[in-house]
Amino acid sequence: MVELTLPKNSRMTVGKTWPKPAGANVRAFKIYRYNPDDTANPRVDTYFVDMDDCGPMVLDALIKIKSEIDPTLTFRRSCREGICGSCAMNIDGKNTLACIFGMDEIKGDVRIYPLPHMPVVKDLIPDLTNFYAQHASIMPWLETVTSAPETEWRQTIEDRKKLDGLYECVMCASCSTSCPSYWWNSDRYLGPAALLHAYRWIIDSRDEATGTRLDELQDPFKLYRCHTIMNCTQTCPKGLNPAKAIAEIKKMMVERTL
Amino acid sequence: MSFKTPMGRVIGLGSAREGAHEWWINRLTSVALIPLTLIFLFTVAPQIGGTRAELVTTLQHPFVAICTILFLLVGFRHLADGLKEVIVDYVHTKGPLVVLLVLTRLGCLFLGFAGAYAVAQIALGA
Repeated sequence: MVELTLPKNSRMTVGKTWPKPAGANVRAFKIYRYNPDDTANPRVDTYFVDMDDCGPMVLDALIKIKSEIDPTLTFRRSCREGICGSCAMNIDGKNTLACIFGMDEIKGDVRIYPLPHMPVVKDLIPDLTNFYAQHASIMPWLETVTSAPETEWRQTIEDRKKLDGLYECVMCASCSTSCPSYWWNSDRYLGPAALLHAYRWIIDSRDEATGTRLDELQDPFKLYRCHTIMNCTQTCPKGLNPAKAIAEIKKMMVERTL
Repeated sequence: MSFKTPMGRVIGLGSAREGAHEWWINRLTSVALIPLTLIFLFTVAPQIGGTRAELVTTLQHPFVAICTILFLLVGFRHLADGLKEVIVDYVHTKGPLVVLLVLTRLGCLFLGFAGAYAVAQIALGA
């Protein structure tokens, strides 16, 4: 059955409150902490950052906390410009990328948690093993029967345009982990990110495995656990529309029977 | 504990190769229920609180009788499909899952046909 309450060892406790620096523009950060090396429950630590001495994005504050206050704070980050998808986390109740989410968008304390309903490796780092395997399972590559041409696979400008709004996905997992269907059934439902990628290859005019791709997706769980809740589209930090991509796949499923 | 690879777990039992038909039927029944519900609301529903004779007269009109029977059959089919979705979403333990699926499916089938039979009996004046 679906678990509507957190398991005992996942229940949050109040953590440490770190010293508050002097300054007129100090802001509180309430950050989820979990260390797999001890047996303690996860806790929420409170840090204070002087905003006059910090960059504008949430990631700037996280890096400042790690560098100057608490080096044990653990999170993923790399490109700091929304292109690698590493720093996806739940900020102020919304799954987004810490590097492109401005702190001016948040009122009051800044609450930072890992992506929801995923196993936590440490602090703000979720275990995305299953998420990545699901992406790999949709064959995210060009599949052809025709042998490769001497130069490149040709594509019209119109056909290329169909990939816009799809290829930009950076696999940050914000969408999938915001989806209630994915929370309850992530073992069998592929989730919005993998399905958006599936559609990206289904709609690619150069691909010759469209039928196989649709065959593989036609499943009550893999595809049809999507109930058009649309949290995915609402949360996507890149402004993409996974819900529409999934709807298009569903339409194609019917299209080939009519 | 299992040493199955993440990919092995994702592949699981493979694609069931079904779901499109059910999705299509779900849309069809949804669309059909819009006029059917409206007709039911404007013909049969106002009879609530009225006399039996008035209701019988209403249901003996062929159009009302056919639409009411369709409303019941399509409505219960739609309900059965909807309940199945909810159950599959939330119930993951095999035993209760199968029991609930069978009970809701058969229950809706029975209620739909029982309602259709009742309307047909009144409409045909038996």
